[in-house]
Amino acid sequence: MTNETVFVLRHGETFIKGQNRRQFEDRLRDNIAKTLASRSVKGLFRAQGRFYLRVEQAAEDWVEKRLTRVFGLSSFSPAQPVEREIESILKVATQMVEKELEARPIGTFRVTTKRSDKSFPMTSPELNREIGGALAERFELGVDLQNHDLDVGIEISEAGSFVFVKRVPGAGGLPVGVSGRVMLLLSGGIDSPVAGHLLQKRGCSLFAVYFHAPPHTSERAKDKVIQLSETLCAAQGPINLHVVRFTELQKMLRDQGPPELAVVLYRRAMMRIASRLAAARRCKALITGENLGQVASQTLENLSRIEEAASLPVLRPLIAFDKLEIIELAQRLGSYDISILPHEDTCSLFVPKHPATKASLEQVTRAEERIDFDELVEQAADEAEVIRVGEQ
Amino acid sequence: MDNKGLVYLDNAATTQVDPRIADALSKLMQTHLGNPSSRHALGLHAERAVRNARAAVAERFAVDKSRVFFTSGATEASALAILGTAAKQRAPGHVLVSSTEHPSVLDSAALLSKAGHEVERIPVDQDGVIDAKRLESMLRPETFLVAMMHVNNEVGTVQPVGRLALLVKRKNRRCRVLVDAVQSFGLLATKMDGLSADILVASGHKLHAPSGIGCLALKRGVSLAPIWGGGDQEQGLRPGTENVLGIVALGMAATLGRGDRQRLADGCRVLQEAVRAALRDSEPVVASERRAPHIVTVTVPGLRAEVVVNALSERGVCVSSGSACHSRRSLRSHVLTALGVADDVEVIRLSLGRLSSDDEISRGAELIESTLKGLR
Repeated sequence: MTNETVFVLRHGETFIKGQNRRQFEDRLRDNIAKTLASRSVKGLFRAQGRFYLRVEQAAEDWVEKRLTRVFGLSSFSPAQPVEREIESILKVATQMVEKELEARPIGTFRVTTKRSDKSFPMTSPELNREIGGALAERFELGVDLQNHDLDVGIEISEAGSFVFVKRVPGAGGLPVGVSGRVMLLLSGGIDSPVAGHLLQKRGCSLFAVYFHAPPHTSERAKDKVIQLSETLCAAQGPINLHVVRFTELQKMLRDQGPPELAVVLYRRAMMRIASRLAAARRCKALITGENLGQVASQTLENLSRIEEAASLPVLRPLIAFDKLEIIELAQRLGSYDISILPHEDTCSLFVPKHPATKASLEQVTRAEERIDFDELVEQAADEAEVIRVGEQ
Repeated sequence: MDNKGLVYLDNAATTQVDPRIADALSKLMQTHLGNPSSRHALGLHAERAVRNARAAVAERFAVDKSRVFFTSGATEASALAILGTAAKQRAPGHVLVSSTEHPSVLDSAALLSKAGHEVERIPVDQDGVIDAKRLESMLRPETFLVAMMHVNNEVGTVQPVGRLALLVKRKNRRCRVLVDAVQSFGLLATKMDGLSADILVASGHKLHAPSGIGCLALKRGVSLAPIWGGGDQEQGLRPGTENVLGIVALGMAATLGRGDRQRLADGCRVLQEAVRAALRDSEPVVASERRAPHIVTVTVPGLRAEVVVNALSERGVCVSSGSACHSRRSLRSHVLTALGVADDVEVIRLSLGRLSSDDEISRGAELIESTLKGLR
């Protein structure tokens, strides 16, 4: 027995990407290395369309937890390296089954061998029968290929020979970074971190922007947004958070238009500033946590008005989610408990009891007529404070 | 955070550690401090330090030093007083707490109702003062505890505890009177007999000592049941190795006190006038003659308290919104509600301490006036 564990890492979607595969795999490997403290990693190599990650056995649980956050992995198994011979395989498989039996009741099992090293003297079916038969007899277990309580995995490849009994589902998706950069509008609420997380899942690397309106929003509200950004670092490492001072612009907008237009006008201004920041950071899209109909002002008409002010595509991954579905995702992400801390968010300020539900382009244009946005947007964006969140 | 130039007007929340206390603690920390229970010389050294501090605290309460018990803070002291008194009862009884008590008293009393005791809140008038007749009518033969805070932390009301406690005793000799003296300790007279109290509670960090230390004092003849076991420290009432540094700090704080009452009252008046200069309709929640000198809570008509706090914070002025009121969660302060302040009235609390300098107060007043004018 060695004192190391080898994680067999499987990447689903990246596999089917044909010629881009190399690039995807490189990114995935980098992301895995980044998410694990290099000290616990003894080796990470690629073979047979998988990754093999050697870590110290003591770090196994910690590594397993971190790996579940890495996008691009479909599943992985902590495995025990064995000698390339049947006795050694059977010995380790026996120990592992024994340990599983101590932990839970098992009636039926199967053995699944994957032999890519064809120089091994036995074929996969032969190994399945041999090892399966021995284990069935030893532990008095039934074999069931379809409905089993335990699947004993055996891999024999040029990378080495391994036995494992556990398959941990991965986070799925694409490795963060392969789809490019995006700018996330973070509000401090429940939705926006989840929106960012979903785009990370599709391979986007996040930048974030928060609109701060002191004294109407407090330092604690800003701190809350920093904490929310931290939850998104698990999937990609440090995030640049831009804090834009919005107070003056917000007051100006409030005084320009009719009060019921306020929310739409604020959000249009935010889109303009976020677009400018995004361009400077070479981001290809803006991300928001907007949803259809969650609050009265989130209508298709208003969303159109908001989008018209952006100079980049606006992606709204939560558009069709129910609040409860979003909450569940937020809880899994770990952002929910932070989001529900009671601090003001910028959009809830100076908001009338009855916001416009169908702002027309004409209304909005009229309200914005007398504002010279270019200068204000430029100033707000250029003076934004940049906080590097999640830097170790 | 760089605190230079900061104007700190939130001394009812916590206070800056007195430099003399900080200095003494720093020196003490660099010596090898023993466990007061150890038999060797170092242990004795620590035990002496604790003994001296206990004597200093006892003097403020005018009790024998054996009647002072150190805790981790006032919350623990109040909980121990309430749960420890209840644990001595043979049958379910009745408890009265004033409706403006600190949550440590209200919530600990609420635990008693789960144990079968009946807990009632004593109403207060618009200044936060208990009506004596009302209190008298609520007392029952089975009332075993009445809790009344000496100075209210949110609005500064001084409760005429002595007079009310006498009334309690006249009606029910065996009933214990618990007085939360956190805001008055070191400032007003807090003598056990003067207040006709049985249990007094104080805290270090409200009096320029660090947080993590508090105490309770028991009138002679009054005993409590401990709420946990683990050793014979503090006469077995509060087991656990003594927080020697904290205790020394509290002892010093008790001696140094909270400063000159007149100066604090003048300072509060200056601040209150600054608010008025910006907001003409602003008024104090509690009339000045019924209020402690170091706390003034005023209304901010037309403004949101949270915004005022943020705006002042941006300019280096620390004040409190005087309540845990969050607009969306609408956690209205139970104290304001008890005083009958309408739900839409927003207030800020300004509170001074011994270390508030005249210069700090006048700068604070200027900044308050200009900031509030800007928000108006």
